[in-house]
Amino acid sequence: MQDTKQKQFITIKGTRDGLTLFIDDRCSFEDACRELQEKLSVNRPQKDEPVVPVTVKLGNRYVYDDQIEELEKIITEDNHFKVQTLESNVILKTEALEMLEDADIKVFNRIVRSGQVLEVTGDMLLIGDVNPGGKVVSTGNIYIMGSLHGIAHAGVNGDQNAIITASYMNPSQLRIADYISRAPDYESDGVYMECGLIDDEKDKIIIDRLQVLAHKRKRLNGFERRIING
Amino acid sequence: MGEAIVVTSGKGGVGKTTTTANIGTALALMDKKVCLIDTDIGLRNLDVVMGLENRIVYDIVDVVQGRCKLKQALIKDKRFDYLSLLPAAQTSDKTSVTPEGMREIIKELKTEYDYIIIDCPAGIEQGYQNAVAGADRAIVVTTPEKSSVRDADRIIGLLEKEDIDPPSLVINRIRKHMMKTGDMLDIDEIVQILSIDLIGIVLDDDEVIKASNHGEPVAFQPNTKASIAYRNIARRILGESVPLQSLEDETGMFRKVKKFFGIRS
Repeated sequence: MQDTKQKQFITIKGTRDGLTLFIDDRCSFEDACRELQEKLSVNRPQKDEPVVPVTVKLGNRYVYDDQIEELEKIITEDNHFKVQTLESNVILKTEALEMLEDADIKVFNRIVRSGQVLEVTGDMLLIGDVNPGGKVVSTGNIYIMGSLHGIAHAGVNGDQNAIITASYMNPSQLRIADYISRAPDYESDGVYMECGLIDDEKDKIIIDRLQVLAHKRKRLNGFERRIING
Repeated sequence: MGEAIVVTSGKGGVGKTTTTANIGTALALMDKKVCLIDTDIGLRNLDVVMGLENRIVYDIVDVVQGRCKLKQALIKDKRFDYLSLLPAAQTSDKTSVTPEGMREIIKELKTEYDYIIIDCPAGIEQGYQNAVAGADRAIVVTTPEKSSVRDADRIIGLLEKEDIDPPSLVINRIRKHMMKTGDMLDIDEIVQILSIDLIGIVLDDDEVIKASNHGEPVAFQPNTKASIAYRNIARRILGESVPLQSLEDETGMFRKVKKFFGIRS
């Protein structure tokens, strides 16, 4: 595919998983849009063809929400294209700080008593007990060096990879993301040094020995986890 | 300068009033000047337990609202001079006393008395706020029941936010046989959950009910288990180190037995 222009801003590559659009990060956004429109109108797929997923690679360009909308509009309109992902190497400082906050581990040494709620952004390390009727909530993992008798809710914003560990685990409820499990109705003894996590096969929260974390959750560090998951 | 101790529990019916009356009596028996304050406005009964009901002329609401002087409202105990009672009002509603009002009263009483024991109403609303307002330390009463331990836990959480010393725990109404069979929470379990200092355990004793119906706190009796228990609590408040009552070594034995079986199975 030859282009008459001296410098082209848009490169299109076909892969097995669909199309990848590389948008040069040095030109203005308007120029990029214009060229994108031209290119796409030339390469428009036929009506009966299946929808093609498109990955857009923005390089070191930061795009605002309205620009994302515009890009998506250009790509999807009149085309059998679907924007699968928009990848950019750049994030805002505020986002980065939020990420850092999210990845941070907060340490507390206190007892969370009945009726009390301890909420944090990021991971929580609690040195002390969670008594019956008490609740701990975090957006990341929860590590309890003490007894968990109350409710623990990890990954409260929807992180299904979050885990809950406790030296003594006898919770009334474990919640991870939007999963809930509760203690059985019969009186049960707790377990020592165990963790709760979402089992993908069973699609529910399971409690297992801490050792399983070594292969089920290889990346416990919140920051790494979030960078990798985008 | 005296010390103000609030007796509280969260849950009703665990024996706050009885504990207040008896700790107060026991302290007075040890030659301390003690003043009891009933803050359960509308549902007063500390005066009944103390047998001072028909001597009430003025009450705490009258003091707060300036209808009488504090000294006029205090009732001297009929048995000995060291003990006084500031009764609650029966007819006014709870909002007539404020935490500030309580602080004033307690500050004044502290100059006269060695110990001021405050009987707190059940619940965690205004009445509780009033009772805790002027206190220097707190005694939390619980029974070996889950619901009452849960409420005690809640109260301890609230007390930790107040500017007072860490609370101490009294476990009331212990039934030896039920604890032995494991039908009741045992003492270690309760202390472990609440993780505060245990200042006394009191056995469930018919004498307690008999005595309070006669308006005579059980602490006056020389030899019943409950009266010894209350006097021990008083001694611990004074700073003596007194071992827990005999039940403790029975549970100790029991624990050993359990452990023994635990190892075998």
